[in-house]
Amino acid sequence: MMYIDTHAHMISRSTDDYEAMAKAGIVALIEPAFWLGQPRTHVATYIDYLSTIVGFERFRAGQFGIRHYCTVGLNSKEANNEELAEGVMEILPRFALKDGVVAIGEIGYDEQTALEDKYFRLQLDLAKELDLPVMIHTPHRDKKRGTSRSMDACEEHGLDPTKVIIDHNNEETVAEVLQRGFWAAFSIYPSTKMGSARMVEILKQYGAERIIVDSACDWGISDPLGVPKVAALAQQHGVPEEVIRKACYDNALAAYGQSGQMAESDWQDPAPIDQRTLYEGNSILRGGREPHIEVPGAARAASLIIE
Amino acid sequence: MPNDPEAVKSLLQRWIARRVAPEAMAWFEERLRLHREETPERDLHITLGLIPRRLGKADLALGPDELTAAEAARSGWTPKAWSVDAAARTLTLLAAPPPSEGFTHRFKQLRRTADAAETLALYQGLPLYPDPQALEWEAGEGLRSNMKSVFEAIAHDNPYPREVFEEHRWNHMILKALFIGSRLAPIQGLDARANAELARIMRDFAHERWAAGRAVPFEIWRIVGPFAQDAEAVADLTRAFEAQGAGATAIDRKAAALGLAASAWRLADPALAADPILAADIKSGALTWETLSQEADALAQSLPREPVLPNAAPSGV
Repeated sequence: MMYIDTHAHMISRSTDDYEAMAKAGIVALIEPAFWLGQPRTHVATYIDYLSTIVGFERFRAGQFGIRHYCTVGLNSKEANNEELAEGVMEILPRFALKDGVVAIGEIGYDEQTALEDKYFRLQLDLAKELDLPVMIHTPHRDKKRGTSRSMDACEEHGLDPTKVIIDHNNEETVAEVLQRGFWAAFSIYPSTKMGSARMVEILKQYGAERIIVDSACDWGISDPLGVPKVAALAQQHGVPEEVIRKACYDNALAAYGQSGQMAESDWQDPAPIDQRTLYEGNSILRGGREPHIEVPGAARAASLIIE
Repeated sequence: MPNDPEAVKSLLQRWIARRVAPEAMAWFEERLRLHREETPERDLHITLGLIPRRLGKADLALGPDELTAAEAARSGWTPKAWSVDAAARTLTLLAAPPPSEGFTHRFKQLRRTADAAETLALYQGLPLYPDPQALEWEAGEGLRSNMKSVFEAIAHDNPYPREVFEEHRWNHMILKALFIGSRLAPIQGLDARANAELARIMRDFAHERWAAGRAVPFEIWRIVGPFAQDAEAVADLTRAFEAQGAGATAIDRKAAALGLAASAWRLADPALAADPILAADIKSGALTWETLSQEADALAQSLPREPVLPNAAPSGV
């Protein structure tokens, strides 16, 4: 089984994580532009951050045989710093057309302030102009209302819901998101967003139509193996293979592939230039081995020898 | 030393036209026409961003005649590893008149926000831009990258370093190439710009590797040989030449032999004489750095490709 993790902040993760993800069968992932745990104070650091996720991080993932994509955008928290926000809006069009940018995101609301609303809507217009999908971060507080409002804004700006992925859903938001025709993503993030057992229940109840599972792993206590773990747990609970495959692979590709920047051939038959420069290939999976879930770093912890 | 910017541009345009669909080429020519007049930087960014989407990312894969034409237009220009999008991006930059702040300013702005493929294109184009000297610092930034392909876009098959780099930058480029597992053979001017200081750095590097029990890159002896003018330097060459057992390969031995043959020190020839076959091959020209390079390339290609895992990846370079 191959997996795609559509939400992983790899810039904060270790090489052990990459290695464990590759072993577990993750062939591609998406790094959404977000904040760094504390607010940036200059637009220049934002530029270097975006350069890193379209450049070096892409290369770093490739060393482990994982294809790296990203989304670019001004996140809701930093939208509240107007000076920074103006600067970011000015440079965003320069990044939106980079190789491997699959959406504008993650954008949306945090505290649902007027400034957040303003920059969210400006970015919806940019996505529409460039014909790019949108990844929406739904707020952790006042979530249900924030989620509805996010979809209202998309509709008001004339976005096609099939090009919008609403992320960080839970039991309270999923029905409305699906009913309104948007993609519903779930982040398997310990203690806060969604748990793996709860996710299995959602798959049982809703099936996998327009549902996407991701990890949202970042600099907090989180798990880069969220997607393969849900897949394994779902299998144990008798969820049909086809449902698992849709939620953990196919839908991710269908939703973000609409950017024209992400295709199965990227990891199954990469261009020669990419093989020389960006992507080392994944002989582990090509050799037909079963994906193997292992605690990151376990292989190294077993040996005292560092060569 | 030919350097004809107009010939370079027309070659690039012809190569691209031969490789992309007519509609895609028509789009590209229209964008070029736009950029030949004065257009805002924003439009230039959009063109550069759209190029791989419209023209694709295939290898340019130039034929022998095309590579000869490249050399005739700009001496040392060797675009054999270029892709179609890199060629189109370079042509766009050459076609657009520089902004009032100058070409170097534009280069810096583009480099700061470049993705991986754009970074390669920017650096591969170094020998073709106006005022190459002004970009030396920018090239230095590229060499500091931890992405091997970015480093090689500058170091390999590129006349820019030999023409522009001062000795310190040159020497550290050679050292870093070995450090990250990159080959020296594709570096233009390798023998012409070798120097005593670089030979010392190379010998220190070999000692570091020996102390750590790690392999010494064979190409090191190409730099050391001509500057091996004392007993210690020849002792290093001899140590590499006589190395046996784990890790020592036929290529290492031949490399050390070539190093000994290049040394003028009185003990070098007797050391080499211990292997009359190799000594004869060097004398007859059957063994040269070029033939050894080809042998090493063939060997590398015969090995299976494995993903680079953390312990194998040099970090913090």
